[in-house]
Amino acid sequence: MNKDLVFEIGTEEIPARYMPATLEKVKDIAVSMITENRIDFGEIKTYGTPRRIVLLVKGIAEKQRDLEELIKGPSMKAAYDESGNPSKALLGFLKGQKVELHEVFLQELSGVEYIYCRKQKKGQPSKEVLKEILPGILTSISFPKSMKWGNKSFRFARPVRWLLPILGDELIEFEKDGITCSKYTKGHRVLSQGIIEINDTSEYFEKLRKGYVIVDQEERRSLIRKQCVELARDNGGEVLMDEELLEEIVYLVEYPTALLGVFETEYLKLPKEVVITPMKEHQRYFPVVDKNNKLMNYFITVRNGDNRFIETVREGNERVLRARLADADFFYREDRKNSLESCVEKLKNVVFQETLGTIYDKTQRIIAISEYLAEAAGLSHESRKYLQRAAYLCKADLVTNMVKEFDELQGVMGREYALLQGEKQEVADAILEHYMPRYAGDCTPKTLNGSILSISDKIDTICGCYAIGIQPTGSQDPYALRRQAIGIISIMLKCKIHIGLEQLCNISLEPFEKRNILKGDKKTVKAEVIEFFRQRFRNVMMDRGFGYDIIDAATSVGFDDIYDLFLRIRELSEWKYKSEFSGILGSFNRVTNLASKALSPDMNPEFFTEKAELELLRAFDRVNAEYEGYVDKREYGKALKLLITLEKPIDDFFDNIMVMAEDADIRNNRLGLLKSIANMMYRIADLSLIVVNKI
Amino acid sequence: MTFQEIILALQKYWAEQHCIIAQPYDVEKGAGTMSPYTFLKALGPEPWRVAYVEPSRRPADARYGENPNRLYQHHQYQVILKPSPDNVQDLYLGSLKALGIDPVKHDIRFVEDNWEAPTLGAWGLGWEVWLDGMEITQYTYFQQVGSIDCQLESAELTYGLERIAMYIQNINNVFDIEWVSGINYGDIFKVAEFEHSKYSFEEADTGLLFRLFDEYEKEARRLLGKDIILPAYDYVLKCSHAFNILDARKAISVTERTGFIGRVRNLARFVAQGYLKQREELGYPLLKKAVFGGAKNE
Repeated sequence: MNKDLVFEIGTEEIPARYMPATLEKVKDIAVSMITENRIDFGEIKTYGTPRRIVLLVKGIAEKQRDLEELIKGPSMKAAYDESGNPSKALLGFLKGQKVELHEVFLQELSGVEYIYCRKQKKGQPSKEVLKEILPGILTSISFPKSMKWGNKSFRFARPVRWLLPILGDELIEFEKDGITCSKYTKGHRVLSQGIIEINDTSEYFEKLRKGYVIVDQEERRSLIRKQCVELARDNGGEVLMDEELLEEIVYLVEYPTALLGVFETEYLKLPKEVVITPMKEHQRYFPVVDKNNKLMNYFITVRNGDNRFIETVREGNERVLRARLADADFFYREDRKNSLESCVEKLKNVVFQETLGTIYDKTQRIIAISEYLAEAAGLSHESRKYLQRAAYLCKADLVTNMVKEFDELQGVMGREYALLQGEKQEVADAILEHYMPRYAGDCTPKTLNGSILSISDKIDTICGCYAIGIQPTGSQDPYALRRQAIGIISIMLKCKIHIGLEQLCNISLEPFEKRNILKGDKKTVKAEVIEFFRQRFRNVMMDRGFGYDIIDAATSVGFDDIYDLFLRIRELSEWKYKSEFSGILGSFNRVTNLASKALSPDMNPEFFTEKAELELLRAFDRVNAEYEGYVDKREYGKALKLLITLEKPIDDFFDNIMVMAEDADIRNNRLGLLKSIANMMYRIADLSLIVVNKI
Repeated sequence: MTFQEIILALQKYWAEQHCIIAQPYDVEKGAGTMSPYTFLKALGPEPWRVAYVEPSRRPADARYGENPNRLYQHHQYQVILKPSPDNVQDLYLGSLKALGIDPVKHDIRFVEDNWEAPTLGAWGLGWEVWLDGMEITQYTYFQQVGSIDCQLESAELTYGLERIAMYIQNINNVFDIEWVSGINYGDIFKVAEFEHSKYSFEEADTGLLFRLFDEYEKEARRLLGKDIILPAYDYVLKCSHAFNILDARKAISVTERTGFIGRVRNLARFVAQGYLKQREELGYPLLKKAVFGGAKNE
């Protein structure tokens, strides 16, 4: 009869942020290990609380499936002597495999005949096999950071303290480095007394619930959400639900009870972020807002336990938040005694990166890059003044008390303090926006100045790191260069600005070249940076649903102006699914194949004699100038339309003309024509790279 | 509970758990971890259980006695359990009960916090323990000390005594903590806080401190060359404190900073290596005795 398996790994508190990925991984490991061991099973699920990782596998078959194995013996040559009697080698094989002579047979393997026998491997009871599998699962779980303890041979996020593997009503017994299995688990750390005995998997979830542990994370999640929403509503507000914070809290508590705390209304005078940051980032509280989306003097926290003594817990939390807000208030007042201007000077004492210098040095580089970009984007004189000012001040808040205490507030405080000191709104906004996008999925800057400043800051970091050889490898990306490159790409697409990456890298690498800290020659470093961008761009485009072939077709003819590339890719994508377009791809394929043989696109009209080639030349001459005009204006749709008119003349050309004529002049002339057409096409993309989907 | 009653309760509790109740180590240091009772004893295969109060000096945190939460010198209560017993979390919760903090009546959480001390070449994994949202203890399983992998992992518990006292006494200013009936924290430390702040930020003779750092370093190296380990370690601690004052005084430029930290870390590593060698040569005496409530290990 099929049985359910519960495998609970009891631990000390595992970091909440590890849990979602860990639960996925445990499931994957379990599926592959159980399948590999030929055990049939039904549904599989993983659950987690701070103190346990739980694997539930339903409908585990009683036994492994049987396995028939083919076992290879000696070659036929070696198996018999000259008189046809079994050799020593064959007799040894029979003995070793415990089979009779009549049971073996010959089979060919790469041209040689070998002796084989068939062996039935009887499926073992699943319970026995699980004794091997479960310790394997335990030791295969990897974490972002794991530890050693108590002389164990394997690492884990935090010490493993008990194991409960139950198959139906049976305990699976094994031992791993002194950790043994039992039918006992533990409930909530303080609310549940003693140990809980599990005699059957069916009891597991309910018995733990009685022990103040809600094992299912989804149940905890919806409970917390419901409690928070209700608490806020009962107090005339609305909870600012943050899914990321909710996820963390889900894995910080085994038995959630939300409670509402109050703080002094005077702190509501502080900037909103200054109140919210200590609440969320430091205390894991949810803020509450009123109907007008204004912050209220409430917070909601989720305790790990029930309603008993909840007043004590509330008071404690209120005191902690009060102290934090008092700190914030103090910092806010202190910081305002000094100008942002005076903070800039202090940036000389803050290292950005040992070789790359201080944040002050970085600021100087940002100023230079943003000036170049302002020029390229054609900013007005006034805008440029604001941009310059913002560039100068953009990192100043890093040395304020507030940002030193709450580093999440970088940019936010810069904007706040700038406004308080009478800087223009444009300047203040750009200071805030230059950090955007701060994480995957964050918004890009709204203003052009913010966009330029953001690109300047990020390209400086990327080029700086590449200059001294700090490149992302595998999962290692300490300066988040990938995120920053994606940020730059998103900004360029969002603001539709045309900037050549090549020139941008030139400008950005210049200071490092001057200081002689480039690890290689500038050309190589630049090529590396551009290749790095090409990869990111490819990913960004694919995430937006564009086909890899179209992306490659567009980027293979040059990778420089990212927004322009996007325009071409978008146009090509639209065209790709129109039948009129797919027809021409074959024609252009033939063009590019031969064009590669051409020495130059030069031609001499005198050498054109055949009708079909004259037709093609005429067609080319007819559209070329207009086509170039469209391309120059980036009207790629119109340009492609013109290109298509060449389909018929091209096909006629290939049907009637022998390109590789004997006469060198005639041959080169024909190749030159094809090359001219290919070059024309390359202004948009290498169409031969586009894959035609046959429907 | 007064401040000293808190200390006494912890002393009694951890003594019952077979800890040596040691006295503060008499060289300036930034944290209880730097005491040789932790830094050196965490190395090697020998068991060790110790508990002690450690006055910890952090010049950069000095606030002239004006900030309700920050101090030049605060008090840590430090416990080392080596090897970490399986029930170490329960033992810890027991210590809270000894302070009159009944976990059932509060919300106790173990929130991820990984500890690292670059000057000591030490790191570990663990948590900060929250009591109703307030961090009261740093709880770490040492993984590396003196840039050497721990052979036998220790659990380190570091209680912030002022925090706990403020919670228990329900006050908001550290200087209002009642040390003993009639005497508060401010009576004892306010002047010291002011003067040490003034010294650290304004008066410290940086030329002298730079010279001292060099001399202390030289002396540590000289002693290490002669396999005199424990006095060498004292000079490493002195280097570290000199560095901390210079740092608070903003006398160390950004580029120099990493260099200074590296120098201290190197010394710490040599001391750790020397200490391990010394214990090995002595034949790991603590392995041969029934100590810390455990059976004899031979």
